[in-house]
Amino acid sequence: MNSDMLASNKSSHGKGALRSSSGLPYGKINVYMTSSFRIKEKLIQGLFGTLAFSSLIFLVGIVFVLFKEGLPIFQDVKISDFLFGKFWYPTYDPAEFGILPLIVASFFVSLGAMFVCVPLGIGSALYINEIASHKQKMILKPLIEILASVPSIIYGFFAMAILAPFLQKTFNIPIGLCALNASIILGIMATPTVCSIAEDALSYVPRSFREASFAVGATRWQTLIKVVIPAAGSGISTAIILGMSRAIGETMTVLMAAGGAAMIPTSAFDPVRPMTAAIAAEMGEAPMGGDHYHALFAIALVLFIVTFLFNILAEIISRRFRIKLGLSG
Amino acid sequence: MNQNTVQKIGFGFLFFSVITTIAFLFIIVFFITTRGIGVISWEFLTAGPRDGMTAGGVAPAIVGTFYLTLGAILFALPLGIACAVYLCEYSPKGIVVNIIRMSINNLAGVPSVVFGLFGLAVFVKFFKFGISILAGSLSLGILVLPLIISATQEALLAIPHSLREASMALGATKWQTIKKIVLPAAVPGILTGTILSVGRVAGETAPILFTAAAFYLKGYPKSIFSEVMALPYHIYALMTEGVYPEKQTAIAYGCSFILLVLVLLVSGLAIFIRQRQRSYDHG
Amino acid sequence: MDNLVMKMRAHGVDFFYGKNHALKNINLNVAVNKVTAIIGPSGCGKSTFIRLLNRMNEMVPNTTLTGKIYLDCLDILSPCIDPADVRRRVGMVFQKPNPFPKNIFENISYGLEVNGIKNKQLIEERVVTSLKRSAIWEEVKDRLHDSALRLSGGQQQRLCIARCLAIQPEVLLFDEPCASLDPISTRKIEELILELKKDYTIVIVTHNMQQAARISDYTGFFLLGDMIEFDKTDKIFKAPSDSRTEDYITGRFG
Repeated sequence: MNSDMLASNKSSHGKGALRSSSGLPYGKINVYMTSSFRIKEKLIQGLFGTLAFSSLIFLVGIVFVLFKEGLPIFQDVKISDFLFGKFWYPTYDPAEFGILPLIVASFFVSLGAMFVCVPLGIGSALYINEIASHKQKMILKPLIEILASVPSIIYGFFAMAILAPFLQKTFNIPIGLCALNASIILGIMATPTVCSIAEDALSYVPRSFREASFAVGATRWQTLIKVVIPAAGSGISTAIILGMSRAIGETMTVLMAAGGAAMIPTSAFDPVRPMTAAIAAEMGEAPMGGDHYHALFAIALVLFIVTFLFNILAEIISRRFRIKLGLSG
Repeated sequence: MNQNTVQKIGFGFLFFSVITTIAFLFIIVFFITTRGIGVISWEFLTAGPRDGMTAGGVAPAIVGTFYLTLGAILFALPLGIACAVYLCEYSPKGIVVNIIRMSINNLAGVPSVVFGLFGLAVFVKFFKFGISILAGSLSLGILVLPLIISATQEALLAIPHSLREASMALGATKWQTIKKIVLPAAVPGILTGTILSVGRVAGETAPILFTAAAFYLKGYPKSIFSEVMALPYHIYALMTEGVYPEKQTAIAYGCSFILLVLVLLVSGLAIFIRQRQRSYDHG
Repeated sequence: MDNLVMKMRAHGVDFFYGKNHALKNINLNVAVNKVTAIIGPSGCGKSTFIRLLNRMNEMVPNTTLTGKIYLDCLDILSPCIDPADVRRRVGMVFQKPNPFPKNIFENISYGLEVNGIKNKQLIEERVVTSLKRSAIWEEVKDRLHDSALRLSGGQQQRLCIARCLAIQPEVLLFDEPCASLDPISTRKIEELILELKKDYTIVIVTHNMQQAARISDYTGFFLLGDMIEFDKTDKIFKAPSDSRTEDYITGRFG
């Protein structure tokens, strides 16, 4: 019996009249809460609170590991030589650890992908959110979600086995596995990402904005271009940034599709080796604890920083966007 | 040009983009199905590889993918649910919650290969699990954790506040309310999120490259400390190693077909359940 | 109010949402086995007040409460009192029927289970008694294992009342229980409340003045966080002493 029940019993002894007040039609069964019950509640809350930090711990853990395993390379290689060196010959003797070709390749391929995923993703989002009937939406949205769930290895395989030979024939180039191939397939992969984030942004634009525009005689297209897109503008740019971030971080697709040559590309038909591909392809052979091993972790660190910055940027923009439209941050 | 024509052209372009996007899905499915389905046979599904990867089946890879996926979900699901429950049900708004939210968002944006490196350094090396199912499952589990958290959060937020009130008004404690009212009501939503995560994990390759996957193993894995073959890695290996590209590409088509069917079935199921749930919720 | 035993007493209660002063120095006594109604225009704090009586206000973050509230002689706001213990003795029925997405039987037995009653026979007995007591037994006795969500709005609300009764509270709080119901269901609920007051002390918040006049013994009139007047219902409706009360009950505002 705990203290409060005691208190209530005491009070009822003091005023007999009160007790009879709860003269229930059936026998009163007192239920007492033991104090262990409250301790259990606190323990459970504490447990959940601790587990909730797991994401933070993993994120911090990742950063820690990348620094710990990546930094040793800078004892042998200057940071500037590492970032801006034009030659990546990690297995030569003496080895060269310049990752500029890998960085350039990552951006080159991802920017190329933007030419595919930005028009397609945003165009699709606009169509689905602004033009499609309810029925069309019910079909289109799940299909785009399914496209998003296709594993990257399948995209990579498709690029290698079907798209590359096709490009080789069409453009009459010596090898189909090149930056262009990777860009196209990455673009397709990133389209659902861009589409669904842009669609979210569009759905936040209040109906009243559109109605105000129709009310002054604007057509649907004018409303779309002059009212809806500007209102959703920063939300749409979030979509583009996250699409880019996704493309830069994508691994298996570029590993299989991009050709793998660690050179600074001069044309879209050159084979390239983006950062992710270098890590994935070489880690298996790099002797654990050696320079090459540390260099690959350092690349991952660069990669992590780049995508982290993109994600933070996207988050800041989307927070502003939500505040602008009067939604909670 | 008159406004109507402009509108028609504009709408035409938007329609073209959505159709193109969808077309890619069908093109990929079409090629992989037409070229992969012929490879599928009873032997392909139930036997191990033979003759230096040029013949036989891929059963060990299917089994391996199953183990890895199971392990990842077993790890990430309870953790993800606990995390979402804390964020939605317990935590008062404040800086701590914002930090947790930020880290979930950022974890979701970490490139998949980085999870592989993390797994290599922490699980394979530091904890000395070696290249194993355990190390691979944990790496995949961390990758999929944000997905499970956000799906669970969405499911919890959809539960009307009035149910929590009703339960608390009956003298139930917070945990009783969560355990007996909130979580049971959120099961369909959590289930959908879990199924989607299964699809994601089954197809991931980069995190297992250096933590779990082997190109060829005799027989099936014996414990969680064994290396495994996995379907997605098998596809990669067939396309980039070995000396009989034609024969290997054919097998890779077969593997891709199996993986694609698996993932599309699983995600399709999740999307279907959710669609039905939503239309049910809206009357 | 003479010669009456007071079941609950609110003494100098002030309540804040953030910095918004929602209730100002409320002093109100709830007499045992009577129906006490709280009326007032929307936003006057009447729902806020009734939620203090079983500490449901604590589910809303960033609020401050000062003053004392007693149940019998127990200071229910005391930090050493578990709110769950208070809620077990002071039940609540909400504005919108909120049955759990479970079957009818489980809806009623839930309160017993969370309060540690495991005896199957006792649970069954209580479920039946509560359903009978809340005048819904005849309608549901053949389908106790159907989902509660299939019931009509009025039936759901009576189910919610039965759910309260099952754990044998001493006070029942009704927060606009008929706000979302049709007139026939409303009448059933009102009859039920009159029936229940024989055994329970009842507090009801309503925006419907006729309802307050029909079923309550005492009425408090709230306006903008103040309690303007509290008296016998007859007196409030026939000869209010404050002009603002009169304005309200004659429909001049609100």
